[in-house]
Amino acid sequence: MSNNLVTVAYIAASALFILSLGGLSNQETARKGNLFGIAGMAIAFIATALSSQVTEYTTLVAAIIPGAIIGAIMAARVAMTSMPELVAILHSFVGLAAVLVGLSNYLQPESTLVGVEATIHEIEIFIGVFIGAITFTGSIIAFGKLSGNIGSKPLLLPARHLLNLSMLGGSIFLGWQFMTGANGLQPLLIMTAIACVLGVHLVMAIGGADMPVVISMLNSYSGWAAAAAGFMLSNDLLIITGALVGSSGAILSYIMCNAMNRSFISVILGGFGEGSSSSASKGSQAPQGEATPTTVEETAELLSNAKTIVIVPGYGMAVAQAQHAVSDITKILRKRGKEVRFGIHPVAGRMPGHMNVLLAEANVPYDIVLEMDEINEDFPDTDVVLVIGANDTVNPSALDDPDSPIAGMPVMEVWKAENVVVMKRSLGIGYAGVDNPLFYMENNQMLFGDAKQNVSAILSKLSESSNAKSATTTEKVLVKA
Amino acid sequence: MEGELLTGLVVFVLASFVGFEVINKVPPTLHTPLMSGANAISGIAVVGALLITGTQDWNLVTILGFIAIILATVNVVGGFLVTDRMLQMFKKKETAS
Repeated sequence: MSNNLVTVAYIAASALFILSLGGLSNQETARKGNLFGIAGMAIAFIATALSSQVTEYTTLVAAIIPGAIIGAIMAARVAMTSMPELVAILHSFVGLAAVLVGLSNYLQPESTLVGVEATIHEIEIFIGVFIGAITFTGSIIAFGKLSGNIGSKPLLLPARHLLNLSMLGGSIFLGWQFMTGANGLQPLLIMTAIACVLGVHLVMAIGGADMPVVISMLNSYSGWAAAAAGFMLSNDLLIITGALVGSSGAILSYIMCNAMNRSFISVILGGFGEGSSSSASKGSQAPQGEATPTTVEETAELLSNAKTIVIVPGYGMAVAQAQHAVSDITKILRKRGKEVRFGIHPVAGRMPGHMNVLLAEANVPYDIVLEMDEINEDFPDTDVVLVIGANDTVNPSALDDPDSPIAGMPVMEVWKAENVVVMKRSLGIGYAGVDNPLFYMENNQMLFGDAKQNVSAILSKLSESSNAKSATTTEKVLVKA
Repeated sequence: MEGELLTGLVVFVLASFVGFEVINKVPPTLHTPLMSGANAISGIAVVGALLITGTQDWNLVTILGFIAIILATVNVVGGFLVTDRMLQMFKKKETAS
């Protein structure tokens, strides 16, 4: 394929990617958007494979087939609950790929480049590898934190900002050596190692509650890494696509930070952890009083007597895979003429939009799934709020306690409702490591145990009682007769 | 090369703005599919890996590029398929209700 044709194909692919992102940001067009993305990728791929720069096909096929198979299996097998982990690990792949592309690009020098051109090229390689390495290890740590292999508490080394800065400074120094020294490979590899450590350190310092933002930031980084690879290969398609993904990831993270009333910079630098450690050391605001435990029967009773019900799901629902049982309860209650709605906190779960996906999986109708802003003012008129495996997103200390690490974060104001039932495994602190005064409030009851078992138990109680009800009415009819 | 860098930068900045504009009004419901879709698209790095690996016989460069192709392909295929799976769920409900 001639170079001109390849360029035309690249332009088409770029346009398709823009359409894809645009489509994905709207409910009606989302699937079409995904198809545009696939088409764009196919065009870009085929055009590249047919270009004059690619002649060795056996290697390509040998690499692509296993890659495609692994990808397909991962996509088919993954449970919707572990989407955040999947996305995190896929980000790390892009990061590593960018590192490898950068390294091999350096090892295969284009002899035509001299003077300034060579310098520019080296800078491009250096930056590309740097971003790629941070994305790679950062994503792996994010994956570890999400899957529970690494503790969710922020790791706060003393003088960590200084540490980050010195790693950055060291990398810049190595970059200078890389360009001026005779043997460039050594500084390049050392820098790669430093960037890997930096990626680990950056994400380790970020607390669990900020994980959704981290995922989205890493998404953005993986885009920048691809763009950097585009610069070093002078490939416009890579630059465009990388910049698209990079900037859209960045704006998404920014939107999320706004939703949590958190400063963008402090999330990235792990500022959240700072608050949590200082208040923990002060030991202030230890919640007072006792939590009232409740039973499945009482909860079912409460639900049967309620008119308006709001369900607030959190990551606990995802972990327990309780979404289907929750959906069944919703159906029964709605059939009995009760108003059942869902309230979704913008960062519920470990990934923004995660709860919506799970509820969609369980066939909960859209129109009763509301955003936090839409439902918060309705809580005072709500009879029963069922909190399933959420904690930090319903924590009143975010509003009352200025010392709280999550102070200022908008939360679901569930405590304003008549009754609140919190389903949780224990009184333990949430992912963010913060105590929750809600549990000790008077209108709040705790239903301990596995979310799925409890929800299923409530479900059977509810269907029992609805059968019983119809039985008693028929009895009454019989008596009358 | 200097000229190429400049055009590259122009393209980069413009594309970044397009990204900002396109994403600005996403409903939170779609954040997860959007992210996995964007992630699949960033697998475009596969093109870079192809360009590096395509011409040579086996050596260190090809091996690195080879691994890069595998990783990026996993990303592209896995990302698009899983996005589709998620969106299908949204759709199923639309027709059901």
